[in-house]
Amino acid sequence: MSEFLQQLLNGLSLGAIYALIALGYTMVYGVLRFINFAHSDVFMVGAFLGYYLGKFIPENTVGGGLLILLGAMLGCAVLGMTIERLAYRPLRGGATLNVLITAIGVSLLLEYSGQVFFGATPRTFPAVFPSANFTLGGLVISSNQVVVIVVTALLMVGLQFIVYRTKIGTAMRAVSLNPKAAQLVGVNNDIVISFTFGLGSALAGAGGILYALNYPSIDPLMGVMPGLKAFVAAVLGGIGNIPGAALGGLLLGTVETFVNGSQWSTYKDAIAFAILIIILLFRPAGLLGKASVEKV
Amino acid sequence: MPRPHFYLLLALLAAYGLSASTGWLEAHLDGWAYYQDVLIGIGINIILAVSLNLVNGYTGQFSLGHAGFMSVGAYLAAAVSLFLGPRLLGEEGGTAFQQGLMFLAALTAGGLGAALAGVAVGIPSLRLKGDYLALVTLGFGEIIRVIFQNVEVLGGALGLNGIPAYTSLFWVLAVGAVTVFTVTSLVHSTYGRGFLATHDDEIASEAVGLNTTRYKIVAFVIGAFFAGAAGGLYGHFKMTITPTGFDFTKSIEIVVMVILGGMGNTLGVILAAILLTLLPEVLRPIAEYRMIIYSLLLIVLMIVRPQGLFNFRFGKAKS
Repeated sequence: MSEFLQQLLNGLSLGAIYALIALGYTMVYGVLRFINFAHSDVFMVGAFLGYYLGKFIPENTVGGGLLILLGAMLGCAVLGMTIERLAYRPLRGGATLNVLITAIGVSLLLEYSGQVFFGATPRTFPAVFPSANFTLGGLVISSNQVVVIVVTALLMVGLQFIVYRTKIGTAMRAVSLNPKAAQLVGVNNDIVISFTFGLGSALAGAGGILYALNYPSIDPLMGVMPGLKAFVAAVLGGIGNIPGAALGGLLLGTVETFVNGSQWSTYKDAIAFAILIIILLFRPAGLLGKASVEKV
Repeated sequence: MPRPHFYLLLALLAAYGLSASTGWLEAHLDGWAYYQDVLIGIGINIILAVSLNLVNGYTGQFSLGHAGFMSVGAYLAAAVSLFLGPRLLGEEGGTAFQQGLMFLAALTAGGLGAALAGVAVGIPSLRLKGDYLALVTLGFGEIIRVIFQNVEVLGGALGLNGIPAYTSLFWVLAVGAVTVFTVTSLVHSTYGRGFLATHDDEIASEAVGLNTTRYKIVAFVIGAFFAGAAGGLYGHFKMTITPTGFDFTKSIEIVVMVILGGMGNTLGVILAAILLTLLPEVLRPIAEYRMIIYSLLLIVLMIVRPQGLFNFRFGKAKS
């Protein structure tokens, strides 16, 4: 039983990170209807920003850790908005395939630039937060896991607030529902889309820091697999649906951790895709998504 | 392209001529071995891109799992040459003709295996559209890779080594010619119009009685067959294959060729395959930055020429 709870805890903390990345995918998909392949690399840049910021800020302090987290989020938000402005905006209204290929191009650009500027060899991520292990009735809880879960929960509450309680959030939902109609009632789509990218990228940056805290070896290609899985999580929950992305991330992280702990551990990378295929075949709209009717 | 038979004949003749003059070229052209490797790489990429073009370009189904089919073909063909070859050809390895037959059998087996995988993947996933189809094919590609990583007989994560180096320029050109011939004549045939109809308007095609699902699966299976054959060529060219060599980066590489060439434009796709294989070679002196330039070019090209680099039918680019 305690083994089960331990795995559940590990799974939830991995799932929380997937959820943070998945939110960025789902929000961008919500407003622009395309898969932002570069998102997983923004996540990687977040981790590297944390690595370099860590050189200026004292290690092992809660305040310093939060500062690094905020710095990485800010940096990633700027990066995300720049990518949108330079690469995606010129293609707005064009064929979705072209935007998809551009996204792949941006993703490759970030990965290869990372290999040139950060170096291809893995770096060790500094211990930015003070770490300790607690035992609670047979369960071993690391402080990093607590940080991951608390930060994720706070960010999600914040996101929920922005999307449902603020003016810009209302505008985001309007653009996602119908961009043309939103424009007619005076929403500036450019600003909303830019903001969405900033918000999503900030979450990816936070995800990058939290991921690096738990798996402290970072390299320019670290984003590829978590990125793909986070996207699976977004589809699993129903793409374009914010609570769905969170749910999908948690579910996926948990399932993956359990598979990893079983005799099938070598298949852990395949399990996410198997889940994806099953979901898409039986419930293409995802767990929380609404099925859309095709009109002729 | 009119009269595909003519081109097939021409390409096969060229293949024969090249294979006959290889000895001469080797003796008289400096660095021929390098050029030959580049040419073989181009040929394999042409096969991959043209076969994917049938699915992504002509039929309009966005598949991101082509490398998966390529890996099935590569493994199966390699397994045939490695496990069956010594038994059939004996210790000495047989005559050149026997080896040729052996290789043909291996390539066919690879292609058929990939086609079978295409059926297995296509039937469930082709019910989906657009981004979702792209994702599911991507997922299948990754699953195939993980399975290969776990099969001990096929070397697991280390892959297969010591595959006989059967692939020559002749084989690549011949298979390439057959691929281009099959795809072009198929699309220009009465039956093949259904692929284009499925691409243009699925609902309208169904309304006039076309079985669009069948067309999609046929396109998918034929595409997979040639991807498998290309995988076989690749394995017998590199002499070693690993599961990670066929991950989704490889799929994306092929998709980029199709899109830059202009979807559903075989000649453009061939040119794009040549260009994109040569580009990293040309940029080799600035090795560190070449992939950065490659990705930047990709972004700029998509913004400047969204209809594809070699698509000259202005105003006809469709979403």
